[in-house]
Amino acid sequence: MTEEQIRAALLESIVAVAPEVDAAALAADTDLRDQIDIDSYDFLQVLVGLHERLGVDVPETDYQRFRTLDSAVRYLAGRVQGSSD
Amino acid sequence: MSEFRMPSLGADMDKATLVQWLVKPGDTVARGDLVAAVETDKGVFDIEIFESGTIEALKVGLDETVLVGTVLAIVRGAGEPAAAAVPEAPAAPAASPLPAATLPPPAPAIAPVPTTLQPRAKVTPAGRKRALELGVSLDKVSATGADGAVTLADVERAAAQARPGRTPGADMRSVIAASMSRSKREIPHYYLGTTVDMKPAIDWLAARNRERPITERLLLGVLLVKAVALALRDMPEFNGWWTEGAFRPSDRIHVGVAVSLRRGGLIAPALHDPGGMDLDTLMRAFNDLMARARGGHLRASEIADATITVTSLGERGVESIYPIIHPPQVAIVGFGSTVTRPWVAPEGAIEARPCVHASLAADHRVSDGHRGALFLAAIAGLLQQPEHL
Repeated sequence: MTEEQIRAALLESIVAVAPEVDAAALAADTDLRDQIDIDSYDFLQVLVGLHERLGVDVPETDYQRFRTLDSAVRYLAGRVQGSSD
Repeated sequence: MSEFRMPSLGADMDKATLVQWLVKPGDTVARGDLVAAVETDKGVFDIEIFESGTIEALKVGLDETVLVGTVLAIVRGAGEPAAAAVPEAPAAPAASPLPAATLPPPAPAIAPVPTTLQPRAKVTPAGRKRALELGVSLDKVSATGADGAVTLADVERAAAQARPGRTPGADMRSVIAASMSRSKREIPHYYLGTTVDMKPAIDWLAARNRERPITERLLLGVLLVKAVALALRDMPEFNGWWTEGAFRPSDRIHVGVAVSLRRGGLIAPALHDPGGMDLDTLMRAFNDLMARARGGHLRASEIADATITVTSLGERGVESIYPIIHPPQVAIVGFGSTVTRPWVAPEGAIEARPCVHASLAADHRVSDGHRGALFLAAIAGLLQQPEHL
């Protein structure tokens, strides 16, 4: 799975929870949750969506890896089975 | 034969529009079944029936707006013959689902609909849902669907055209304005607050969630709701409603949970008897309630039943909240965001600990600050022993 596919799955999971978000307009390297208004319940639903799409179960201790889109994609790339890196 | 009436939709709602029948004459229904969807300024809600039997007749049509207490359908109890078979049989005294005081005068037999606003356009279900999400008024949408129905595409086109100056959630805003103005006008609030050491609860939660798949993890908010519900058992003066000049305590504890909505505004549907659920069951009920609060399928009972409200700022807000009571309730408990602060441990050492500021707004007609302080202290105490929640 490529980083682009992982990024697409992450954005799909976010938009499924927050339909008003313009995924194309999100900055990749600034704080994600400063850009989208989601609470801890919504964030858990994003992770449940990622679990369905990518098969990755993110432990609570790794939540801080989701600070930015880029950091989340890097983290997920390392967790997805069959990833190229 | 009994009458199924428009249920209460909370103190601030006296009428609603029937937007969908989920049953038809001849259908068998059981207590708790969803039978219709109604729309108010707060959104669309599903309504349940509280008796079992067979639907004899529907008395209100689609898009009719009627008062709370209006007969919506006639239900034949199990074992009762159909009305047409024995037209002269004396009717059994029907149990009214609502207290008599809240019912409007009986409507004339021929005219079952006390108030009918102008009928609205036909709308596809997807179109109606999207219109609610976008805050689009359906009577301002040009229809292109079959039989002149408004479609999803029609709604989105209208929303795009109307965007400048349009305020999504304007109806919801006016509901909140009316309810909160009444609260500040009528209820003599008093406020208390205390900082709670959350290290025991957060450590316990982290250890528990570490062993669990993502779909079974607990959120801190569920512990807060459970602690409030358990503390209330010994504090009846915070649990119930102020109506007609007197406090009516409730023997059930149903905790309203304030949820902010993406289209604007907020709603506080009730978790029924959270004190009686283990935390896993409560988390599932919470997930279900949140999904329906945001997706638009709350039940009328969830809107009307709350005996107290809990509002929590979540993890990215600020330290303190001074909440306003939701009438006719008499208390609301607020929790600020979890923040790391210096804490003096029992041995006198100063440590950095996660803390939450808990607050209580309560009705001084019903309770005094001394009892309020005991209530907040009981909540804080329960959170020190999360394994017993």
